[in-house]
Amino acid sequence: MKIRRYGIGALALVAASALALSGCASSGSDTSATGSSSAVITANGSEPQNPLIPTNTNETGGGRIIDSIFAGLEYYDATGAPQLDVAESIDTDDSQTFTIKIKPDLTFTNGDPVDANSFVDAWQYGALLSNEQLNSYFFEDIQGFSYDEDSPLTGLSVVDDTTFTVTLNEPRADFPLRLGYSAFYPLPKSAFDDMDAFGQNPIGNGPYKLASDSAWQHNEKIDLVVNEDYDGGRKAANGGVTFVFYASQDAAYADLLGGNLDVLDAVPDSAFGTYESDLGDRAVNQPSAVFQSFTIPERLAHFSGEEGALRRAALSEAINRDEITDVIFQGTRTPASDFTSPVIDGWSDSLAGADVLKYDADDAKAKWAAADAISPWEGTFQIAYNADGGHQGWVDAVANSIKNTLGIDASGAPYPTFAEQRTAITDRTIQTAFRTGWQADYPGLFNFLGPLYATNASSNDGDYSNPEFDALLNQGSADADPETANKAFQDAQEILLKDLPAIPLWYSNVTGGYSESVSDVDFGWNSVPLYYAVTKS
Amino acid sequence: MAGYIFRRILQAVPVLLGTTFLIYFMVFAMPGDPLLALFGDKTPNPALLERLRAEYHLDQPFIVQYFLYLGGILRGDFGTSFSGEPVSAILARTFPVTIRLAIMALFIEFVGGVLIGLVSGLRKGKLFDASALVVSLIFISLPIFVIAFVGQFIFGIQLGWARTTVSSGAPIQDLILPAFVLASITFAQIVRLTRSSVIETQSLDFVRTAYGKGLTRRRIIPVHILRNSLIPVVTYAATDFGVLLVGATVTEGIFNVPGVGRTLYQAIIRGEGPTVVSFVTVMVLIYLVVNLVVDLLYGLLDPRIRYVK
Repeated sequence: MKIRRYGIGALALVAASALALSGCASSGSDTSATGSSSAVITANGSEPQNPLIPTNTNETGGGRIIDSIFAGLEYYDATGAPQLDVAESIDTDDSQTFTIKIKPDLTFTNGDPVDANSFVDAWQYGALLSNEQLNSYFFEDIQGFSYDEDSPLTGLSVVDDTTFTVTLNEPRADFPLRLGYSAFYPLPKSAFDDMDAFGQNPIGNGPYKLASDSAWQHNEKIDLVVNEDYDGGRKAANGGVTFVFYASQDAAYADLLGGNLDVLDAVPDSAFGTYESDLGDRAVNQPSAVFQSFTIPERLAHFSGEEGALRRAALSEAINRDEITDVIFQGTRTPASDFTSPVIDGWSDSLAGADVLKYDADDAKAKWAAADAISPWEGTFQIAYNADGGHQGWVDAVANSIKNTLGIDASGAPYPTFAEQRTAITDRTIQTAFRTGWQADYPGLFNFLGPLYATNASSNDGDYSNPEFDALLNQGSADADPETANKAFQDAQEILLKDLPAIPLWYSNVTGGYSESVSDVDFGWNSVPLYYAVTKS
Repeated sequence: MAGYIFRRILQAVPVLLGTTFLIYFMVFAMPGDPLLALFGDKTPNPALLERLRAEYHLDQPFIVQYFLYLGGILRGDFGTSFSGEPVSAILARTFPVTIRLAIMALFIEFVGGVLIGLVSGLRKGKLFDASALVVSLIFISLPIFVIAFVGQFIFGIQLGWARTTVSSGAPIQDLILPAFVLASITFAQIVRLTRSSVIETQSLDFVRTAYGKGLTRRRIIPVHILRNSLIPVVTYAATDFGVLLVGATVTEGIFNVPGVGRTLYQAIIRGEGPTVVSFVTVMVLIYLVVNLVVDLLYGLLDPRIRYVK
């Protein structure tokens, strides 16, 4: 082989590039439209981690899509108050048996009717162990539910096409409040033929529907258009929503500034200092239903009994929450004054004993010294966190605050990944305090308390147990009057403030923003924008 | 020649088996349970966890998992991601995007780098050479994410010449900015490499002979100097092409390019073994092919290099 031409390598590369480039199709679809009600808004999202089945979606990437394309018995308005959606009425006499009537003549977007069976069958499917649904625990209070074997929900029974009843194992006054959560959404009959296919191309009854069979472009975006048949309280004020999936919040923020994104619900850490000046009155910063803390398991040496109570209180008082939320988080966190969240009905900033959450260096030192008198402290106080989640900054700040106030060694203990940290926590091998957070599934005080601190509760990672607390929790759960129920939950929290199974730190704010071309952007109680209400010019 | 190529392909088989085994082992050895992470801060019920483990074969010993995976590949089944998408579909979706981006970046860095390097080499010590040195040193010393963020801010947000991130389908016009960013560092390296190679070649006997024969500069520079200076540059550019093809995680993340690097990063974070291993397998294949092509290119550039059986 002999080639005389010069620069043959370069030529070959150029030719190859030209061929490949011209052979590549460019499919930049343009969805710009005019007119306020037909314009499609773009919003940030992330690739759903699981198939799009309501009972199997437990993270926000899939959650915001599910909430847009399905309508449940209720939805939550901007304040977190439940409003009837598909349901006509939800009645009960004893908070244990509920009669649910749904509106007649509703259909899914494929024409299947929305009737009592759509709900009952979907819930049966979601609860059955062998269906491996991540949200199955939502059905645990319904009669017949089992974590250990396939067992139908005997507490569900269909009365007629538009009526069904739910019987719980014990009275749960906040059960109706939970019904707006996605696990309780209905499914069309056709879903049960092939759930895998349904998860890729779901059919719902909500304000939006998928634009086409291939609307979900994995890792890129999902196109939703208005479902004209939807006639509930969340009727779309725009022409549709396109969720663009971002791998990083920085990219989404750049797109908002560059005019390629309309609604953003998460400002990246790197922009905390500038986003308010970048966006002006289009910046959003408000508390959300996310509570952050660190948990000190009682099995750790020095953290049980009287000594433990003193040390926990001393640690809590040694943390300057105001300064850390201000300096590290630039005001995008709100210092905690209880164990729930300010967006939840019944939240209070004046619980008895809440002083323990205020920075008080002298009292902290005194309490620590009193604990030392019982049994002298040695070693380092460590807080474990996952290094892949951007937690290092505040953990180090909290550790420094403790170190400077109490004069002991304190530091963060990073785990490389979230999975690794959760494994150590779940199998109880972790030997330090650890970062904990809770995002509520539905807007009720109980959801912040029951799963986390009740004896043997599923997410009680510190193995806390206090019969008095359990009793108050049960009392609040059974109480049909929200006022007195919330009072019981507040009393229960006052016990927590004494025992401090976890040290409350702050509530996460939702930080976001929107472009000049949209208005009426409100964020819901769960930090997700109410996409249906957004208008675009 | 054909025998040589055949032999190289045969050699690729054990390399592939070995690398998939190693990668699978490493993913397996990653601490932490990916299924637990699926539940966020909430602790799942043990019976459900048990069933999910069985479904993804995570309850089996490592070697069984590996052979189940290999068996699947032989049947054309690369496994599925947690979101229920077949891994083969993910591969088919992401590689074309990254290949397009890589070719664009390679084109920019090679053409630009060789041209500037050639002129620098010919005018050694002059103003052009000095300025090229300064500019290339700046690019070499800047980390790529700095270049990416600055480029995104200036051209995307301030001037509005380019889209800040790549839109769905990754059309070519959206990829221009990321391609320039990707090309910037290697571009500087190619300038340096071409320059020194050109200077060296210029002083060789056959170039003096060519001048002595009375050939014009128009003929000597491209045919005698450039062609003979390109061997190290082509090696470098081709290896870099391999690097670009397996994805530029940082750049793809910043510009939200739905390509290999971003997808692989997400899969590693989520602990999706089948996705990670399948991607790496294809990457190894690409490296093997690129290396073979480089070795064959030598023969074209320099006839003294021959491959015999």
